[in-house]
Amino acid sequence: MNSSSGKSYMSTASSSVIWKAGGDVVADQFPAGLRVLVVDDDPTCLMILEKMLKACQYNVTKCNRAETALSMLRENRNGFDIVISDVHMPDMDGFKLLEHIGLEMDLPVIMMSADDGKNVVMKGVTHGACDYLIKPVRIEALKNIWQHVVRKRKNEWKDFEQSGSVEEGDRQPKQSEDADYSSSANEGNWKSSKRRKDDEDENDERDDTSTLKKPRVVWSVELHQQFVAAVNQLGIEKAVPKKILELMNVPGLARENVASHLQKYRLYLRRLSGVSQHPSNLNNSFMNPQDATFGPLDLQALAATGQLPAQSLATLQAAGLGRSTAKSGIPMPLVDQRNIFSFENPKLRFGEAQQHVNNNKQMNLLHGIPTTMEPKQLAGLHHTAQSMGNMNMPVLSHGSQSSQNNPLLMQMAQPQARGQMLNDSTVGLAPRLLSPMGQPMLSNGMATNVSTRNGVPENIRAPSYNPVSQTSSMLNFPMNHTSELPGNSFPLVSTPGISSLAPKVAFQEDVNSEIKGSVGFMPSYDIFNELTQHKPQNWELQNVGMMFNTSQHSNSLRGNLDHTQSVLVQQGFSTGQNRNSTVISKAMFSAGDSTGHVNAQNGNQHLNSLFVDNTVRVKSERVADAAPANLYPDHFGREDLMSALLKQQDVIAPAENNDFDFDGYSIDNIPV
Amino acid sequence: MESKHVHQQIAAMRQSFFDEEVLDEKFSQLEQLEGKDNPNFVEEVFTMYFRDSTAFLETIEQAMKTIPIDSIKVDNILHQLKGSSASVGANKVLKEVNKTRQVLGKGNLEGTKAGILELRKEYDSFKAKLEPYFQLKQANSVAQEK
Repeated sequence: MNSSSGKSYMSTASSSVIWKAGGDVVADQFPAGLRVLVVDDDPTCLMILEKMLKACQYNVTKCNRAETALSMLRENRNGFDIVISDVHMPDMDGFKLLEHIGLEMDLPVIMMSADDGKNVVMKGVTHGACDYLIKPVRIEALKNIWQHVVRKRKNEWKDFEQSGSVEEGDRQPKQSEDADYSSSANEGNWKSSKRRKDDEDENDERDDTSTLKKPRVVWSVELHQQFVAAVNQLGIEKAVPKKILELMNVPGLARENVASHLQKYRLYLRRLSGVSQHPSNLNNSFMNPQDATFGPLDLQALAATGQLPAQSLATLQAAGLGRSTAKSGIPMPLVDQRNIFSFENPKLRFGEAQQHVNNNKQMNLLHGIPTTMEPKQLAGLHHTAQSMGNMNMPVLSHGSQSSQNNPLLMQMAQPQARGQMLNDSTVGLAPRLLSPMGQPMLSNGMATNVSTRNGVPENIRAPSYNPVSQTSSMLNFPMNHTSELPGNSFPLVSTPGISSLAPKVAFQEDVNSEIKGSVGFMPSYDIFNELTQHKPQNWELQNVGMMFNTSQHSNSLRGNLDHTQSVLVQQGFSTGQNRNSTVISKAMFSAGDSTGHVNAQNGNQHLNSLFVDNTVRVKSERVADAAPANLYPDHFGREDLMSALLKQQDVIAPAENNDFDFDGYSIDNIPV
Repeated sequence: MESKHVHQQIAAMRQSFFDEEVLDEKFSQLEQLEGKDNPNFVEEVFTMYFRDSTAFLETIEQAMKTIPIDSIKVDNILHQLKGSSASVGANKVLKEVNKTRQVLGKGNLEGTKAGILELRKEYDSFKAKLEPYFQLKQANSVAQEK
């Protein structure tokens, strides 16, 4: 059963229909039909496991190589519910695979081994495995693995709920950790007065359905458009799930779905408008070398203090982790396994984190609702971008790009480039800028990546943008934006202005001037459009735009363009397409040459790679993989990148629709 | 009648495996997984197991002859053997594997060599017991189809 596609809102089949959007439809037959991917190099064990899983009535796919499994997962992001993997495998260490999966797809992973040594089991825990089975595996142990899927979903759901209380900053990130099943208890904690009204409704419903019965809806572009139209009709303040649902009049859509979507949307908007900026304190934290557990304790502390939303923390951490080497300040994508991503809504986090992190610059995340990316919003983004640290910007550094598209971007690119340089090679750009920015940015990107599963891509976006800040300020908020972009692909608020991008943000010209710092989007939007086209992941691109913002500098513009592209690229990649991102980052960097951001480029590359990797790991290798060949040489590169991104996104995105991933929100959707 | 006789024979063989602790309950669990749609599941599993394990053992024996001995490689293969033997219920084989690994872990290469000899003996004995069992089973089921 399992409808794997998850894209349908309605449960067409009586058997379990997996709705992506934050909850699993608990079909009568659940857990039957659970889609399991089992990976083991020993054929005997693999055969036995497959048989046992089938006996549990799961939908089993077996695989004897980790690489194959990973590509299977990447190709079909939403095709599996859970992964079981052996620890000792010839082509890849099981823990590595675990990390990849956690970062890129955020699926629950069960580790397996004939070894029952405490160290190995501990390793599983620290790497984020949701369970550890000792061989010989008993069928009884397999009968219960569905609990991990449910738990994860539940936590994700919760995160969303809580996203409203982003301000509180205490997001609880790890879903894989003990299940917070007692939703009522948890929910109560998080409820913020603001959300009370909606939350209550939602919470009530959630409680009822907390037993994993959350239908997951795939928020397609059209659906999101309908949603936004309904919200606008009612007025954002007055929009309540019930009324929105009525207005939308989509059969099969539940109030719950709308409610959670609304929450994300609100967060997104909030992010856009009020990107708070934290000086990149986090950056420091990020620097932590990757550990299994986000190295940056600081981040955690920050998060704890509410400054950094859990998500942001995750992102940052991820970034930081990714960067283990890059201490420089670019919070590299979270290399750390899933921990980073464990933050449920990376997206949200990012916004938060960004703000916090980015505070340096004040990146105002363009909370603005994507639809109306106003210059001021861009400015906001700008701030965030700055704070974000050039992470995203690395790409931007290209500066040379400046092609019209992203005047903002360019600017951003410029600063970004600096920031990017943070990576390691900060060329000389004000490292400080970069670092803070870079870090946040990275985290954003990362954060988003993390959530990619859920459509997290959004998050990623935000961070990345930041770096773009103008030469002076670090990133224009790109960062902020990114955070805003909560999964719902509210993506790029900034993008709205971009003509190309969907969100036609008028920013382009205006923005440049106004946003200067904030939104480099303009140009990026173009890119975004292309990139974001379908994918929810668009937001990634958007972020890029954001990043670029504002740096008005002519140079920066150019650079921005590059950045934008790169940002976009990154964005796109962050979703987990490491490959892509790396490519993009690369591309971006190369593009940036013109403005002499060469250095930045390098740095960017690092950043980018960080970015990209953030989903997975910022590995420099990745970048190499990306074979930036396309990195848009100048604007064209962008397009190539964009398409590459999109492609990547496709990979990621297809699945995205399901949860509020930005898919639906591609820039086009956002009513400007 | 003949089939009944063969049945009994098969059942007796099977029981003896448990009595001698050559097989453990994992084997029964595997049997439970068999069904109408794949009546030969257990046999297929064992075929695979024997094929791979024979190769593993040979590799180990070769490795023990090289100088210097690549302990890590040997340990890895033993680890593999551990997992698969445990999964099919090859109880005695598993015990020998574990013993040998322990000795190897302490750096006792001579002891490891001895352990591997024991392992080889146990494994060959195991294979010699199970293969006729499956053959008989197979022959019986074919006969029954008639």
